[in-house]
Amino acid sequence: MSKDIFEVRWHGRGGQGAKTAALLFGDSALDSGMYIQAFPEYGPERMGAPVASFNRLSKKPINVHCSISNPDLVVVLDPSLIGKVNVIEGLQEEGKIIVNSSLSPKEVSEKLGVKNIKVYVVDASGISKETIGRDIPNTPMLGAMLKVSGLLDFDKTIKGIEIKLKKKFASKPEIIEGNIKAIKRAYEEVKSA
Amino acid sequence: MVVAAKTGNEAMAEAMRQINPDVVAAYPITPATEVVMIFAQFLADGLVDTEYIPVESEHSAMSACLGAAAAGARVMTSTSSQGLALMYEILPIVSALRLPIVVCEVNRALSGPINIHCDHSDTIAARDFGWVQIYAENSQEAYDGTLQAVKIAEKTSLPVMVSTDGFIISHCMEKIEMLPDDEAKKFIGEYKMEKSVLDIKNPTTRGALDLQDYYFEHRYQTSEAILNAKNPILEAGEEFGNKYGRKYGLIEEYKMEDAERVIVALGSTCGTTRDVVDELRGKGEKVGLLKIRVFRPFPAQEIATALSNAKSVAVLDRSDSYSGQGSPVYVEVLSALFKNDKKPKIVNYVYGLGGRDINLEDIKSVFENLKKVDQLEEKNYLGVRM
Amino acid sequence: MSKKLLSVKELPKGDVLEAGTAILFETGDWRSDRPIFNKELCIDCKRCWLYCPDMSILLDENKKVSGIDYKHCKGCGICSFECPVKPNKAITMEKEVK
Repeated sequence: MSKDIFEVRWHGRGGQGAKTAALLFGDSALDSGMYIQAFPEYGPERMGAPVASFNRLSKKPINVHCSISNPDLVVVLDPSLIGKVNVIEGLQEEGKIIVNSSLSPKEVSEKLGVKNIKVYVVDASGISKETIGRDIPNTPMLGAMLKVSGLLDFDKTIKGIEIKLKKKFASKPEIIEGNIKAIKRAYEEVKSA
Repeated sequence: MVVAAKTGNEAMAEAMRQINPDVVAAYPITPATEVVMIFAQFLADGLVDTEYIPVESEHSAMSACLGAAAAGARVMTSTSSQGLALMYEILPIVSALRLPIVVCEVNRALSGPINIHCDHSDTIAARDFGWVQIYAENSQEAYDGTLQAVKIAEKTSLPVMVSTDGFIISHCMEKIEMLPDDEAKKFIGEYKMEKSVLDIKNPTTRGALDLQDYYFEHRYQTSEAILNAKNPILEAGEEFGNKYGRKYGLIEEYKMEDAERVIVALGSTCGTTRDVVDELRGKGEKVGLLKIRVFRPFPAQEIATALSNAKSVAVLDRSDSYSGQGSPVYVEVLSALFKNDKKPKIVNYVYGLGGRDINLEDIKSVFENLKKVDQLEEKNYLGVRM
Repeated sequence: MSKKLLSVKELPKGDVLEAGTAILFETGDWRSDRPIFNKELCIDCKRCWLYCPDMSILLDENKKVSGIDYKHCKGCGICSFECPVKPNKAITMEKEVK
């Protein structure tokens, strides 16, 4: 039943890797023995257009196949979406939101206009520029959400992600190293009000 | 068993890799594109030795498949929506020639207006072309169904389409269990066609002109073959279950023993309905789900028996029939019940056209409405803005 | 015409038929125009043989054009049309019934 299922919504812009992050998170959760779903919201697929993707995680098999309207956790890859997309839509009362931003959690809370929702902030763009060399916020945001959700064993997950990245970027070890560093740093640096 | 996270499209492509068909002729289309895209990668990586024919249209894809199948090859392709529609001309020829082609289909609304999302209008419109139709609820069933389809097709000499719900399943990554490659190969076995058109020592003609004197008999043969396909489908599902733990039938009854109010559906909506049934059962409500997995051949007797003790039934159709009465699944369920002495009150809900979401609340509302079934119209549209 | 027709059970499945049965079907009586072959004029280029849609141009044991198979020729005239011999063609068409 739905209360046994942890639901996540990712917000990003086309090209920022919201779909990849959801797939990677789902795949990692699978490695820790959970039942998972990861799916994108398909609309016009254009670079820069607002996009969303989703995860469901559960210890039991997941039957439900409708869209996610009341997520437990929202991850915002791009702070410029705030105000343009209703990123807190349907967020549960005890819900959490993680925003990629260089502002403080208090400032982001004010921008979001929320009181009961726990707001987390990490400068994923800054981290990715330093570790990967480009603004690719999805992997550091994955690190932050691993911390905030607390659902998966971090060390085990990071090892799994490394293996998956090695398959994808066999000829570019620096990309793998940069991404792993980014995930670790975001895991440490994410903070709440 | 190999546990993996796979989307519906990946699951079908993996099944195709293990099947290693002799020929794949395809023209990719959203949301089925990935099936042949991933398969083409397998080919480039040397994991399969299929003759892959990139053609210029779906009409050509199915025509090339037909020729290859007549030559005795194990043949597969994948398509969706307008792509399937462009194959329509060839589909009934394939079944008349009794060629065991397997299509990995991804359900997408037929245009227009143009739409890329899920409904069942594409395959439902193809229901009378002599193809076996299997609807998968999730990625796991898409994988399992594709392997079974090869076996069913070759046993019955009939073409089979296995379909998933576009995007909802095709692009949803889920946990699935795959057979080891050698086990999958063992399950489907070897294929040897009785009479290949390429057997030049025993030349044959195929698809010759068939007029008033013979067309009727040939068509009867196809009709009989579809009817007789029930057992091979059940056997394949049974064998799969005995060996690998997941048993499949023509229909699936979920909490139906004492169910008074029942939803009948196909595809991914069955999963969502399952959760609603669990929740309402927790509150003591006698509700159940009847999933139709195989729509062709239509399991009329099985459905009639399963529904005989229900009080009220809602048949969910993810396609509309512009007939002025109920939609296809409803009409067939209704006629299956007609000869029953005991029959429930029954209504039709058209839902989810063009990918419109159907959520837990929608399904709860249907179960709620079934309490006062006498006040309902026969045909209802779930969630359409009037 | 009381040929016994095969039943559903007797028919091979899948519309599979014996090949080459067209020879049993004599289409010669469809003809209203009749090709006349003139051996004297023929240069044996075999264009008539190539183009004939009913394989009704006969060849002798030396593979030379030798005449017309009137049992199957439908009288379409393609052989005559394609015959390159000038000024008089080696195959000419005449009315079947004068």
